[in-house]
Amino acid sequence: MSPALVNLLYLAAAVLFIVSLKMMTHPRTASNGNLVGALGMLLAVVVTLFDKRIVSFEVIIAGLIAGSLFGAVVAWRAPMTAMPQLVAVFNGLGGGASALAVGASLEETFSNAAVKTVSLQLSLSAAAAALVGAVTLTGSFVAYAKLQGLIDERPVLLPARHLINGALAAGCVALSYWLVVSPDSALAFWLLIAASGVLGVLVVIPIGGADMPVVISLLNCYSGIAAAAYGWVLNNNALIIAGSLVGAAGFILTAIMSKAMNRSLTNIMFAGLGTVAAGAAESDKVYAGRVKSTSPDEAAILLSAARKVVVVPGYGMAVAQAQFGVHDLMKKLEERGVDVQFAIHPVAGRMPGHMNVLLADAGIPYDKLKEMDEINPMFRQVDVVLVIGANDVVNPLARQNDPSVPIAGMPILDVDQARSVIIVKRSLSPGFAGIPNPLFAADNALMLFADANKAVLDILTALKEQ
Amino acid sequence: MEESVAALTAFVLALFVGYEVITKVPPLLHTPLMSGANAISGITLVGTLITAGMKLTLLTTILGFLAVAMATANVVGGFLITHRMLQKFHRK
Repeated sequence: MSPALVNLLYLAAAVLFIVSLKMMTHPRTASNGNLVGALGMLLAVVVTLFDKRIVSFEVIIAGLIAGSLFGAVVAWRAPMTAMPQLVAVFNGLGGGASALAVGASLEETFSNAAVKTVSLQLSLSAAAAALVGAVTLTGSFVAYAKLQGLIDERPVLLPARHLINGALAAGCVALSYWLVVSPDSALAFWLLIAASGVLGVLVVIPIGGADMPVVISLLNCYSGIAAAAYGWVLNNNALIIAGSLVGAAGFILTAIMSKAMNRSLTNIMFAGLGTVAAGAAESDKVYAGRVKSTSPDEAAILLSAARKVVVVPGYGMAVAQAQFGVHDLMKKLEERGVDVQFAIHPVAGRMPGHMNVLLADAGIPYDKLKEMDEINPMFRQVDVVLVIGANDVVNPLARQNDPSVPIAGMPILDVDQARSVIIVKRSLSPGFAGIPNPLFAADNALMLFADANKAVLDILTALKEQ
Repeated sequence: MEESVAALTAFVLALFVGYEVITKVPPLLHTPLMSGANAISGITLVGTLITAGMKLTLLTTILGFLAVAMATANVVGGFLITHRMLQKFHRK
């Protein structure tokens, strides 16, 4: 194939990627959109296999088989709750592949004794791909370990970590500079990979579980940047365009997630929120004598007498695997003519949009899943809100302008405006932000102290017995 | 130099296209969007294939094999989980 034809076909692949993302804007077309993306990838791979520089296919075939088997088995077996860690793993592998491939490209270039110098474009982008790719690889695997529960999900705060990370980041920049000025130095390359890898670990390890949506989005952005940088090394437009698209996607999701927490990216990356426990006195002041608890029977009566019910699911619901019970509850209430909808906060779950996938997995139709901006004006007309395993995202303290409140200014679901609110929760313990929630003591609020799944099943039983 | 500018042009224009397209994706589909985009970032595979097939030195072959395997896992796993997820979304 002539280089012009190859590049035209790469352009076609890039167009297919854009169309694929475009089709992701609607649930009806999204599934085909994904197939269009896969087709673009297939096209790009097949075109590449015709490259004249390929002299043998054994290594390629071995790599393709090993990667496909691993990817397919892992992706096929994973439950929907494990999507965030799965995306983290694949993301890390992509970033790592870019970093290693750049190492091979440098080796390749300088194995030709005639080559003494390379363009600045090549050496700069090689350093960028190595740095960003290695950070993506190790950062994603730490995120995976946290999400999978292999290591503590709470922030791990090393003493003097800002100093350590700052020095390490400066070291990475210095090593990058070394690689840019002497791209033939294998030592510079491997030291850069090692230092960036350690940096990736140290940057992600202080970040707590509820901030994971931001981290996953950011790492996704990085894997795109690493691919684009590798594209610059090869002067390959398919890589540059696809990497750029993914970088933009990750960046936008990062921004949306940060906005939904009303925190800057710097704050999320460096503050280690959730480490300060609220004083007991403070929560006594909020809750003392004002918290009313209820029973599954009473909850069932309230729910069946309602015309409009909104369920607010939080990560606690997913941990308890209560989404399937919630689906049955929705069916039962609908049989009785109750209108049931779901209010999804943007950061509910462990990655952007995670809660929607979990509820869809339980068989809940997607047109019942309402985003925050859409449902907030409607809470005044809601008879009963059922909050399951959510806390900070329904905390009215967020509306205050008090800088001592860690979630001040965070957009929340205005559930307190509904006629009554039933909160399913094990205890009055604080959420991720570590502060008490005045909603639990509100006049229209009832606490149902129980495990989320047990509570939902008990309400269901009570409804059937009515 | 000219090549660099052409590549930069593609990069910057793609950033804008990405921004315009992706801001229109509803929160409902953010997880599949991310895993689909993640699969697309496995495009690195294209570059690694050539490296793995060149049989230049032992080091490039080993790095090439690892990079091909990792990128392939990214691509295959990424598109597959996105597909599985999107099958779950249905209307009443």
